[in-house]
Amino acid sequence: MAEEKELKNLVVQGAVYKTTYTKKFENRVNYTSPDPNELYSFIPGTIIDLFVKPKQKVKEGETLLLLEAMKMENQVRMPFDGEIVKIHVKKGEVIPNRHLMIVIKPTK
Amino acid sequence: MSLRSNVLDLRKRKKEVQKGGGDKAIEKQVKMGKLTARERILALLDKNSFHEYDLFVEHAAKDFGMEGKKLHGDGVIIGTGTIYDKPVCVFAQDFTVAGGSLGLMHARKITKIMDHALKMRVPLIGINDSGGARIQEGVNSLAGYGEIFFRNTLASGVIPQISVILGPCAGGAVYSPALTDFVFVVENISKMFITGPSVVKSVLGEEVSMEELGGARVHAEVTGNAHFYAQTELECFEQIKTLISYIPRNNSRKALAHKPKAPLKGKKVEDIVPADPRIPYDMREVIKSISDGSEFLEVMEDFAPNIIIGFGRMNGETVGFVANQPMVLAGVLDIDSSDKAARFIRYCDAFNIPIVTMEDLPGYLPGVDQEHAGVIRHGAKILYAYSEATVPKITVILRKAYGGGYIAMNSRHLRADFVFAWPTAEIAVMGPEGAANIVFRKEIAEAENPEEMRQQKIEEYKQKFANPYVAAAQGYIDEVIEPSETRSRILHALQVSENKSASMPAKKHGIPPF
Repeated sequence: MAEEKELKNLVVQGAVYKTTYTKKFENRVNYTSPDPNELYSFIPGTIIDLFVKPKQKVKEGETLLLLEAMKMENQVRMPFDGEIVKIHVKKGEVIPNRHLMIVIKPTK
Repeated sequence: MSLRSNVLDLRKRKKEVQKGGGDKAIEKQVKMGKLTARERILALLDKNSFHEYDLFVEHAAKDFGMEGKKLHGDGVIIGTGTIYDKPVCVFAQDFTVAGGSLGLMHARKITKIMDHALKMRVPLIGINDSGGARIQEGVNSLAGYGEIFFRNTLASGVIPQISVILGPCAGGAVYSPALTDFVFVVENISKMFITGPSVVKSVLGEEVSMEELGGARVHAEVTGNAHFYAQTELECFEQIKTLISYIPRNNSRKALAHKPKAPLKGKKVEDIVPADPRIPYDMREVIKSISDGSEFLEVMEDFAPNIIIGFGRMNGETVGFVANQPMVLAGVLDIDSSDKAARFIRYCDAFNIPIVTMEDLPGYLPGVDQEHAGVIRHGAKILYAYSEATVPKITVILRKAYGGGYIAMNSRHLRADFVFAWPTAEIAVMGPEGAANIVFRKEIAEAENPEEMRQQKIEEYKQKFANPYVAAAQGYIDEVIEPSETRSRILHALQVSENKSASMPAKKHGIPPF
């Protein structure tokens, strides 16, 4: 019941209201701007192949890995000319959505 | 041969079929903590009122060894009966017969009773307990689902449609309940999902239990698919009966009036609500302090609790309450609460139930998650629903009514019939804190002591705008009332609205933002 919960503050347009939170509100993820150097999965699935190694130079559009999900093979490609910094997944690994797969950096 | 022997033969046949899946299957059903389909119907309906049809229907499937297999009633019981002496149509899937799986004849029985309910203009109650499509019947079972969904849509807004989930309801089957008006779930018994835990795991690698994925609590709290949650099946049936007592049989009638009752002598409404708009209280107490007998049937109690919806009676007549709940998230509107309220408003409008809106909110919930999840289009639903509703619409503004929230909560501008405001009402573009920061930005920035200046300007704004009289001067609210007058004003407004005649422009249908 709501009244047994401890009152918390909610700020709406400068005013501080005493109230309780819902579970959904408490569990909400704070927004952070996406880092273009971090490649996250966009769907849960399995890494069925990995084509690059750390420190490897890669051209824009080259395929980095295959992520199989919903019976489809998704090619994850290099978004710009650059270099592989770190690989966070292994071949055969099953990963959830929004999972960090590869960190890259652009060539200067 | 005498007639007597034919009668005895009929009785024997009936008895055989009424056993459903047989003793073993029934034992299993009981072990799962579930009643049988027949027990459920008998518990729900008035004593001795149930009449069953299509008892002797048999399936006609031939493939995969189905030929020669007997499935009593093809796994579903249909019929008519009464609740509080008023007729209803009902179907109940029988899990003891082939897991309640839906084949062609099973679906035909359901659509037969649906057609009946629509033609006779009586409520339809469907009890779902089924493993899903009967794979052996292939595309015929898909056709069956489609025929059911189509009829759910035809009947929508004409007769009340109630879905009771008393077992699994998975895959395509979930869309029939989703198309109906009210979904009832029971702890540990109801399971609803499009794809079950095993598929979720094999395809996506996500590990989740059936209860976590689509149990009763999940649908009552998280998804908003369920409207009523009960601990036991019997409690669930009581909830259904109570709901039935509040709603009309069809869209051409009004709900049956009950004997008018005064609210219970408890806390007075003026003692429940603090004057400071930043201090919360439980809005349900306010509703109960003005409704007949202090009775209130809350709908979707645990989903988006920052808004309250439900049925009560005023002078014996059913009304739908829509109210902000300052106790949760300060009563803000957000995606879930807009969606919840909008659907309820449309329900009330379709079934001739006047809407009483109790308003106290600081506006829409700020946040990237809300914006990105589409609070614009979801928030628009509540505006749409109030605007198109032609039933009597009464608003009471208790304290805050700021910005878009003020407009959305059945304001005069959306054609509210009566708008009352307490003297504590603040009807403004935003609260004094936010407004002072913008209007007096320069003065505050240039002041020797900006914080002192800010407080002074907030106070100045409060004095000038944080009251109901600016809106009253424009006629946007009809009357500033004392809190203790709330019930009597609503009663009078309802009385005056009894023969309200209002309509929308002729159209095929609108395009609401869903």
